[in-house]
Amino acid sequence: MAGSTPVSLTADPPVAAASATPARKARFSPGREAWRRFRRHKLAMASTVILGLIVAAVVLGPLVWRVPINEIDFSAKLEGPSLAHPFGTDDLGQDILARMLYGGRISLAVGLAAMLVACFVGVLVGAIAGMSRGSVDAGLMWLADLFLALPQLPLLLLIIYLFRDSLTKVLGPEGGVFVMVVAVIGGLRWMQVARLVRAQILSIREKEFIEAARALGASNSRQVVRHILPNALGPVIVAGTIDVAAAIIAESTLSFLGLGFPPDIPTWGRVLFDAKDTMDMAPHWVLFSGGAIFLAVLSINFIGDGLRDALDPRRVL
Amino acid sequence: MSRQYVIRRLLVMIPSLLGISVILFCVLAMAPGDPFAELAANPAIPPEVAASLRAKFGLDDPVWMRYLHWIAAMARGDWGFSFASRIDVDTLILQRLPTTLMVIGAAQLLAIVVALPVGVLAGTRPYSIFDQVANTLAFVGFSLPTFFTGLLLILVFSVKLEWLPMVYRADLNVTGWQWVVEQVRQSIMPVLVLGLFQGASLVRYVRSAVLDVVRLDYVTTARSKGIGERRVITRHIVRTALIPVVTLVALQMPIIFGGALVTEQIFRVPGIGSLLISAMLANDTPVVMAVTFVLACLVVFFNFIADVLYGWLDPRISYR
Amino acid sequence: MAEKLLEIKGLKTWFKTDDGVVRAVDGVDLHIDRGETLGVVGESGCGKTVTARSVLKLIDMPPGRFEAGEILWKGRDLIPVPAQEMDKIRAREIAIIFQEPMTSLNPVYTVGDQIAEVLRQHDKLSRKQAIAGAVEMLRLVNIPNPGKRVHDYPHQFSGGMRQRVMIAMAMSCKPQLLIADEPTTALDVTIQAQILELMQEMKDKLGMSIMLITHAMGVVAETCQRVVVMYAGKVVEEAPVEALFGNPRHPYTQGLIRSIPRVDRAAAQKERLEAIPGSVPSLLNPPVGCRFAARCKFAMDVCVKAMPPLKEVGPGHRVACVL
Repeated sequence: MAGSTPVSLTADPPVAAASATPARKARFSPGREAWRRFRRHKLAMASTVILGLIVAAVVLGPLVWRVPINEIDFSAKLEGPSLAHPFGTDDLGQDILARMLYGGRISLAVGLAAMLVACFVGVLVGAIAGMSRGSVDAGLMWLADLFLALPQLPLLLLIIYLFRDSLTKVLGPEGGVFVMVVAVIGGLRWMQVARLVRAQILSIREKEFIEAARALGASNSRQVVRHILPNALGPVIVAGTIDVAAAIIAESTLSFLGLGFPPDIPTWGRVLFDAKDTMDMAPHWVLFSGGAIFLAVLSINFIGDGLRDALDPRRVL
Repeated sequence: MSRQYVIRRLLVMIPSLLGISVILFCVLAMAPGDPFAELAANPAIPPEVAASLRAKFGLDDPVWMRYLHWIAAMARGDWGFSFASRIDVDTLILQRLPTTLMVIGAAQLLAIVVALPVGVLAGTRPYSIFDQVANTLAFVGFSLPTFFTGLLLILVFSVKLEWLPMVYRADLNVTGWQWVVEQVRQSIMPVLVLGLFQGASLVRYVRSAVLDVVRLDYVTTARSKGIGERRVITRHIVRTALIPVVTLVALQMPIIFGGALVTEQIFRVPGIGSLLISAMLANDTPVVMAVTFVLACLVVFFNFIADVLYGWLDPRISYR
Repeated sequence: MAEKLLEIKGLKTWFKTDDGVVRAVDGVDLHIDRGETLGVVGESGCGKTVTARSVLKLIDMPPGRFEAGEILWKGRDLIPVPAQEMDKIRAREIAIIFQEPMTSLNPVYTVGDQIAEVLRQHDKLSRKQAIAGAVEMLRLVNIPNPGKRVHDYPHQFSGGMRQRVMIAMAMSCKPQLLIADEPTTALDVTIQAQILELMQEMKDKLGMSIMLITHAMGVVAETCQRVVVMYAGKVVEEAPVEALFGNPRHPYTQGLIRSIPRVDRAAAQKERLEAIPGSVPSLLNPPVGCRFAARCKFAMDVCVKAMPPLKEVGPGHRVACVL
């Protein structure tokens, strides 16, 4: 990326790396060093601003743009962008901007919540595998490999197909679909985090300060929480960021296939799904909703790349 | 490459397939309610069909018995009967599978043809203008959801320019060369959508693998032999960089099939992806289960292919 | 006066990094005569390896850059030579072997293929002839059963055997100069001696020159005719091997020689091994004066003001010190 990854530059002349880095490290704390590296990733910085604006828009937007999301007006259907409707209207004459501001909250919330689920499960599995070793470790890693080989989207669809009705009965149409989508997307994306945490544990638990802690009688779980997890944090944050983007795409895909949120909850994928049949008459409808998904996902991916430069500089991919 | 290596990789597939079948069956078994209640109430299904299905799935047996029955039936090729299409599920899937494989294969080919040179060029000139442009475009490429790119292409090439047909038709009523031309025309957009999405992530993989390899000592050795930069890149850098790329592509397999599913749905390509969606919308459980399982098997199978390829590319592996 | 095969004049190879310009090689002068073995010694990071790789232009550019100087190969400056011309010199006239035999060979090709690649490129041999040539080369470096081993992959060889393969590869076009960049550092002590012996044998058979880069003074004493001592990107002393060990003039050279462990003395007098205090200065902002001044026990005011130039103190013995 633009002016990033200092390692690969200094790694070429071995002389340079040896003499230049210690002086650097002494001057900056790890946090400031990471921030310095992140700031140099221009696209990541720009993406942070864009994502910030998107988040601000969906959080504060509905307070400012007080147009109801379900006001049907057949006289104004499928209109292009205008002052009254900056993003135009849909086939029922509803204001697309208002719908997207409201639906964006759910799209982003699904991404964030699914990432948290994935990280929680991943850290748990990775920590158990890393600390226990032996057959438990082997079994859990086999499970992770197995999950990596599962065709996620079909499985996602299958689970939603089978469970949707009963969950909606318990939690209502909105809550039911939300809980299910978050649980399933998160539950199918924990493997990467689990592997990272396990690998970190395996490498760190050999290091001296863990030996020292063990000699002092610290218990296994204490070791994980106090010493190992903070060290594994960088790669996990990077993986988690990418997971947010993937979860947003997964939710949009479900909604786009007509198997996600119901029509009265206009997540961006749902808006796009509704828009696709009148694409020839109202292209703005498709462009705004698809563009919102694209912009959010792109900026999250760039932020992830910047974070990787900042927190996990050894890895290139 | 030794034969034992291939056999070993084949044997590894068995627990994977069993594991996946257990997961799928658990999902089905945990599903609340009776998955066949719908069809019992459906007047279009003769009651004896419903009854035989109930018997075959042994809905009153303990879970493990039901699993064994189910897996035995799947292994025998007895995949049940589609309520919606009124034919056997295996026939239905076999009808649809070639189309899916063709679209995925063509897309993968396109992805490799585009991504390999771009990734190698970017990786051998890190931080150059070319690298930065390629990398940024790659990010844009895999941040664009396939359903959105599909719609954009339709909007541009079908609606505005009217160059390409909007939907894919299995029953083209032309023959000979005309048929080939039409077939290509209607395949362009689905293959493009899927191929560019794959290509975008492939560019990143190839670039990073090349970046890892160019620093290695044997590349300097190769340069010191005076064989020319072109041969250093093709023979020494690309050849070894392909090894990790193969693994990464194998890991991408589930995503590739997910992408194919969406693409088929957008362009109405009659493959197993669109079969899955339509079966779900029609509550056609036997088809849903079978298609999901077939997709899982395909992923495992392509992982096997990748493993064999890996062993062929890396002599250190297959000699072990 | 023997013919100068290679002459490096005022070479500066700098690297642009995020932290600034690293002056890895900062004005190096040295030459190698036909048929001699020149030792280049110094601590890790003193610029020996960069100097060696500069000769074959194996420095990645960017971040590297030739800032100044000339690399005269048989009188012709290699720095402006285009890449294609350079490829005709590599392996055919100047060959190089590296420190790490474990990683210097490509793991996905047989050693035969990798040796044959050189022969096919430069001697325009067919594949079959080239493989036969590779078998010959393996035999020359004393690899047992070369006809069979030629089809093995690098991971099927031990470290010492791989270094023999590297030497076979380097020798295959009978170059006039072999640059050996710490060829024995990564090997077991017993294997080290064998490899040095093999290089000596090759040298005698083919009549080539060797530029032996090492940080082991003992190796230098055994194999070289002349020695160049480098410190922080510069040459501080240059002398015939007897003069250097008999009468080291630069304080840094004196320190290096004192730091050689000597079994006879250590056992007899329980003398402590002397280390040079301090560490190598940063090559990012090297001091203006003598770069060794900060660690030198004889340092005076003049030392920190300007770098003393190399001056002749004996036949072929030059030193960059005011003392």
